Amino acid sequence: MDISYILFIPLIPLAVFLLLGIGYQKIQPSVSGYIGVAGMATSAALSYYAAYQYFFASGKVDGVYQTFVEKTVWMNFTDTLHIDMGILVDPISIMMLVVVTTISLMVHIYSRGYMDGDKGYTKFFAFLSLFSFSMLGLVLATNLFQIYIFWELVGVSSYLLIGYYYTKTSAVAAAKKAFIVTRFADFGFLIGILIVGYYAGTFDFETLNAVNAEGEGLLLNWASTSFMGLSVITWGLILIFMGGAGKSAMFPLHIWLPDAMEGPTPVSALIHAATMVVAGVYLVARLFPMYYFVEGGYALNIVAYVGGFSSLFAAVIALTQTDIKRVLAFSTMSQIGYMMLALGVSSYKGHEGVGYMASMFHLFTHAMFKALLFLGAGSVIHAVHSNYLKDMGGLRKYMPITNITFLIAALAIAGVPPFAGFWSKDEILVAAFEKNQLLYFVVLFVAGLTAFYMFRLYFGIFWGKDTKYHHPPHESPMSMAFPLLFLALMSMVAGFIPFSKFVTADKVGFEAHLNLPLAAVAVGTGLTGIIIAWIFYKKENDLAEKFANAFGMFYKWTYHKFYFDEIYMFVTKKIIFNLVSAPIAKFDKKYVDGTMEGIGNKTVIISEKIKGLQSGRLQDYAMFFVSGVVVVALVFIYLWT
Amino acid sequence: MIAGISIYEIFTLTSILFFIGIYGFITRKNLISILISLELILNASAINFVVINKYLYPDVLQGVFFSIFIIAVAAAETALAVAIIINLYRQISSVEVKDTEIMKY
Amino acid sequence: MEKVIFYILALIMIVSAIASVSSRKMLRSVIYLLFTLIGVAGIYFLIDYNFLAAVQLTVYAGGIIVLVIFSVLLVHHIEMELEMAQLSKKILTGIACLIGLGLFLFTIYTNDFKVVENSKTTTVEDIGRGLLSYDAGGFILPFEVISILLLAAMIGAIIIGKGDKLTKNDETL
Repeated sequence: MDISYILFIPLIPLAVFLLLGIGYQKIQPSVSGYIGVAGMATSAALSYYAAYQYFFASGKVDGVYQTFVEKTVWMNFTDTLHIDMGILVDPISIMMLVVVTTISLMVHIYSRGYMDGDKGYTKFFAFLSLFSFSMLGLVLATNLFQIYIFWELVGVSSYLLIGYYYTKTSAVAAAKKAFIVTRFADFGFLIGILIVGYYAGTFDFETLNAVNAEGEGLLLNWASTSFMGLSVITWGLILIFMGGAGKSAMFPLHIWLPDAMEGPTPVSALIHAATMVVAGVYLVARLFPMYYFVEGGYALNIVAYVGGFSSLFAAVIALTQTDIKRVLAFSTMSQIGYMMLALGVSSYKGHEGVGYMASMFHLFTHAMFKALLFLGAGSVIHAVHSNYLKDMGGLRKYMPITNITFLIAALAIAGVPPFAGFWSKDEILVAAFEKNQLLYFVVLFVAGLTAFYMFRLYFGIFWGKDTKYHHPPHESPMSMAFPLLFLALMSMVAGFIPFSKFVTADKVGFEAHLNLPLAAVAVGTGLTGIIIAWIFYKKENDLAEKFANAFGMFYKWTYHKFYFDEIYMFVTKKIIFNLVSAPIAKFDKKYVDGTMEGIGNKTVIISEKIKGLQSGRLQDYAMFFVSGVVVVALVFIYLWT
Repeated sequence: MIAGISIYEIFTLTSILFFIGIYGFITRKNLISILISLELILNASAINFVVINKYLYPDVLQGVFFSIFIIAVAAAETALAVAIIINLYRQISSVEVKDTEIMKY
Repeated sequence: MEKVIFYILALIMIVSAIASVSSRKMLRSVIYLLFTLIGVAGIYFLIDYNFLAAVQLTVYAGGIIVLVIFSVLLVHHIEMELEMAQLSKKILTGIACLIGLGLFLFTIYTNDFKVVENSKTTTVEDIGRGLLSYDAGGFILPFEVISILLLAAMIGAIIIGKGDKLTKNDETL
């Protein structure tokens, strides 16, 4: 299958970025909006065509989906150490292309309405295109270094977009926090890459993931050194997961995600719901054979538990937040925990790889409905000019389209059939139930919590108390409403895609069946959550407050996100800054700077002395001249041999 | 050819004159005195040319011609130097070397 | 006989030179220079280059000395006592000159000059022919160039010497 046209999918946003970035003074805002949307639409069309070609036309050989790679050596250091650049086409990368381009296109269209009138309109579209380019490049990466390069690019784009309102100090601080936390995680990532590359002898994904014919183990032989009881490759994989955990806001590197809501809402929809935060999941999925086969899946187990704990942690915190975007942020963290958990409990072959399939399926559906939730929240914030639940209520009368689409998305995330979330969550439950009962109960409990806080949000915004508004909120313009409608449609139908036929761990499709008992239990839990939220929040009452007071101290802890921000602040300020950075800074100032300045000062002193030679007196010059001639004559006639 | 005098003695004489000229050039503080020392230097070289011509290459006359040219050039140069000194005297009313130290650091 | 004359001339020249560079009075310094130049002309006479000696006396002793005396008069320095350089400078220069002199003499005395004994007299006619001949070994080109040089020096001296007065005349016109 000829895959060279896929190269244009990331390059078109790059071209748009360069065009808008270089010409941003001269291009009219409305024109730049059209350019951005047009570029993204082209990329989306190309990725749909690629998906059609791959999944339906020529991707399969003998029932196994083939991996197509086109790459070239970019930097050559030694025979084993070289960085390639290229594109790798396999089921998950095609799926991610579709997801990223679709959501990015919706966000582009939405931003034309949302950011209208903003001073930096062209800049915003340039950054959006830069982000799209980085994410698409990440998805198509062929080796660990390439994915790392695009990983960092994604981080930079995220920093630029979060700090878009650069005059607000909180936005700047949030951008810095996001960048620094993910950078810290990437430090682990880089070390992991180097370890894996050194001991396995290659960085290439195809070679690393190559499985032997029976599907029983990896083909690659690496030096079986071990360190502290675990194989070094396991350590490498754990460190790589650390990088993934940072980008995907897993515990304990989650602190940047709530603060990143300072960015404009389309940014939150694109980056912190659907694309960038799933990069960690994608990374683990990309290296899944290694994670599964190395040392009996030790690293994979860690992935599962981290994912499970993060989803529980985030769901509990989301129960009490009052800023609607923060609720959605913690919800994202919780759902990504689901995806990591699903990957963690997956096996490799055939039907046992249902966890992998479920994780990718949930990634797909979650992108749709979470982006819809964020865009809907954006509409609400645009209309009400406030982020907080206390300023909202009864909006169903004023914003019908937003009301319906938000409800559809909330039903999807709560796992109510026949919406998309039900199908993907069901597969996750099946995978967890078969492998690890504890994690199964965690998934179930979190599903209930998810339904509850989601409908708390829904009822709080659109029902609840009848707030009097200064000026009545109006429905969003068509440019903002169209993406909502499209994503709502996707949230309804995406569940019916037979995902297990297309995306699986061993690239052979299988038939997935609906497990009725588990599904019934899950739906029951979800409906319970919805009903409790209905009782608490649909009409204005103080049941919720009494309940919260009953919990007392625990409520306070949850509201403050378990004080993790304060802990991290304490550690960095008191310990790292004072004990590590300050002495080093002093040394640098006194000795290093001192030496350099000393050299400069000495040079000045010497040159002041030499300056005296230029006395302006003819006779002094004559003296030097004569002496010089005598010396030269002496040296060259008599003393030089 | 002077009977009884070898070339070495004449060279000694011209070398001494040359270095007296250099000593005067570097030591004197008056611009006109520097000019006088310069004359000494030039004359010493002229004698050298002539003597070498007479003692070592008596058939040709290049040394003589060159000395004539040296004398001509020295005359021209002295004239110009005096003109400059007069002009300078008009500007700064002094012919001391220490008053002409403007082109220094 | 000529030997004695040479030694006397040499003595006069050296003494006059030293007196010239170390005299405190301007005019005396010029006059000592005159004696040195006359001594140089004497050497030329001894060597049988009569024309050159005549040129030396005319141009140097007659022209340049007079020029320098006039410049001394113009800068009102005839009666003034000139100040001498500091002792340190004198000693330093003296040492440098002595070293240089030593180097020169060493080089001269260790070289073997192949002296050709002769007593040829050079006439003015020979010099004239040499200066104006077009053949190889003729000096017609430097001769012409020197004349242009002298012209240029004359014009330059006039312009520099006139100074501001030149422009002032133009303005009043």
